[in-house]
Amino acid sequence: MTYRNPPTTPRKSATFDDYTLSEIRRAAATGIYDIRGAGAKRKLPHFDDLLFLGASISRYPLEGYRERCDTSVVLGSRHAKKPIELKIPITIAGMSFGSLSGPAKEALGRGATLSGTSTTTGDGGMTEEERGHSKTLVYQYLPSRYGMNPRDLRRADAIEVVVGQGAKPGGGGMLLGQKISDRVAEMRTLPKGIDQRSASRHPDWTGPDDLEIKILELREITDWEKPIYVKVGGARPYYDTALAVKAGADVVVVDGMQGGTAATQEVFIENVGQPTLACIRPAVQALQDLGMHRKVQLIVSGGIRNGADVAKALALGVDAVSIGTAALVALGDNDPRWEAEYNALGTTAGAYDDWHEGRDPAGITTQDPELMKRVDPIAAGRRLANYLKVMTLEAQTIARACGKNSLHNLEPEDLVALSIEAAAMAGVPLAGTNWIPGKNGF
Amino acid sequence: MPANTMSKAERDQGHARVFDLSQHSLRELNQALHKLTPGSNETAWEVLHPKGSHSVAVGVDQPVTIDVRGSVGYYCAGMNDGATITVHGSAGPGVGENMMSGSIVIKGDASQYAGATGRGGLLVIEGNASSRCGISMKGIDIVVHGNIGHMSAFMAQSGNLVVLGDAGDALGDSIYEARLFVRGKVESLGADCIAKEMRAEHLELVQGLLDKAGVTGVKASEFKRYGSARKLYNFNIDNADAY
Repeated sequence: MTYRNPPTTPRKSATFDDYTLSEIRRAAATGIYDIRGAGAKRKLPHFDDLLFLGASISRYPLEGYRERCDTSVVLGSRHAKKPIELKIPITIAGMSFGSLSGPAKEALGRGATLSGTSTTTGDGGMTEEERGHSKTLVYQYLPSRYGMNPRDLRRADAIEVVVGQGAKPGGGGMLLGQKISDRVAEMRTLPKGIDQRSASRHPDWTGPDDLEIKILELREITDWEKPIYVKVGGARPYYDTALAVKAGADVVVVDGMQGGTAATQEVFIENVGQPTLACIRPAVQALQDLGMHRKVQLIVSGGIRNGADVAKALALGVDAVSIGTAALVALGDNDPRWEAEYNALGTTAGAYDDWHEGRDPAGITTQDPELMKRVDPIAAGRRLANYLKVMTLEAQTIARACGKNSLHNLEPEDLVALSIEAAAMAGVPLAGTNWIPGKNGF
Repeated sequence: MPANTMSKAERDQGHARVFDLSQHSLRELNQALHKLTPGSNETAWEVLHPKGSHSVAVGVDQPVTIDVRGSVGYYCAGMNDGATITVHGSAGPGVGENMMSGSIVIKGDASQYAGATGRGGLLVIEGNASSRCGISMKGIDIVVHGNIGHMSAFMAQSGNLVVLGDAGDALGDSIYEARLFVRGKVESLGADCIAKEMRAEHLELVQGLLDKAGVTGVKASEFKRYGSARKLYNFNIDNADAY
């Protein structure tokens, strides 16, 4: 019997892991970067790394279900004659008609309206479906200006000047040829079937001083009625928030890198911008330093999934959050019921992100007339409303446990962090210590 | 505006409704213009002492005539929808941005982004226009008597840009279906923008626009046409060097 040396277990590289190897092979075979939808998928410090302390001898709780815990929020009270009043501090983020089907946009409007909150247009203009079904509609003012016109500006309830997006701060929109249907092409004044790569910066202003003048123009056109939001990607949240306030914004929207996009380069999504958790405290700090906290409202988005995330964001000083990816999942995106079709596309339910290809089995990120029939706007809208209700109840549960009669009374002192990274980013103590990394010179 | 708040200059202007921006605020001007309804008999307006104000006469949506006596700042006549607006002076950045319909005439020069994203109507600049003239234009017609600066008609989607003078660098970079007509020299063309044949329909189009813009003594045949090579319409890795 010959002796064989004991074999070592085959060892894969942590650096060259399976995904990385597959991406090198894919790039070598195709000669083009990978394009996909959604936000950063890598593991990042997030709200999961924070915990609430709850009540104790020094803090007494409110009775669950019995004592009132306010959830409403007013947005745009700084300059607008007609600020927006929402029943819940969870809004629906901007997603374009074009990237989403008409029925999906209608469902978002229906769900938001049932829940007393707002929904938002996207890089494709305002459709009748969403205006008709949205009690409160935020109209995005984007670099491409697709579909932009003064009539829609005036029938919007608020205007969001989009400077950037968390998934791709510095990148413009992208809608590939297969989704440029006749209707989408007409709304965007483009030939049918071409790859549409919209501009990454505005055509008629650059920098904060110009932005101030641009905001003045929008206010003049709309007779100072509409709240004006400025949305930035999670790049330089302290300075971007301060500059947006200086430029006259009523509301600042900060979108972290987990925030989704309809389509952009994978390398962009995973390597540009900061995590949502890292953006909140600098943005709040900027407002506090300017004496504008709670006067200019702060909305944060990117990876908000449940009521705990909402409560944590609010405790860190945010006025409202916005959801995009989660709202699509509530409508039916990535539902395992379509698993066989996801498999046929080379993916699986939960991982499907080729939203730009227009072949979404769930009928949401498509312009295919047959696929989009799979979205029943009424039923999907109801699911979104249910989900928003659950998130709100969850956030209230936590707030009451912390003794708060309003979600907005949650505060950083209600939180601790599970990791040093999260403690440093959120500016709350590491659990079991009184150490906030970066504070007091340590 | 009650008569007793009018300045002497305003009262002296005759039938036009006169708005003196040294006496009244920009807000009052734009609010008054937005209150106009179809059939209003206040069809002629005159704006005095604009002194470089931003957002003069923005968002007007009635077919009135507005004469602005002096130079204006940013975004004059922005989103104009049907009015005939004349600036008797020069205009700052973004004049006539996102115009829907109507016409705008600038007697002097225009700064950057003139006619940006315009969807319709006619913008005439009797002097020169700076960089990015007609950027992202979506159906507007622009006629410039003088020269235009660099990066003009960047990502221009639709509409016509007619330039009697010269064009700066990178004209029509990443252009879609807009048509560019330049009588003078073009410093350089941007990505995917090429010179094209002037066919009969283009001669007719240019002549029509010259007539509308009040240009005399210039023939359509003196212009060259530029437009999209359409090579970058669908991404192909072998074209990546073009950018």
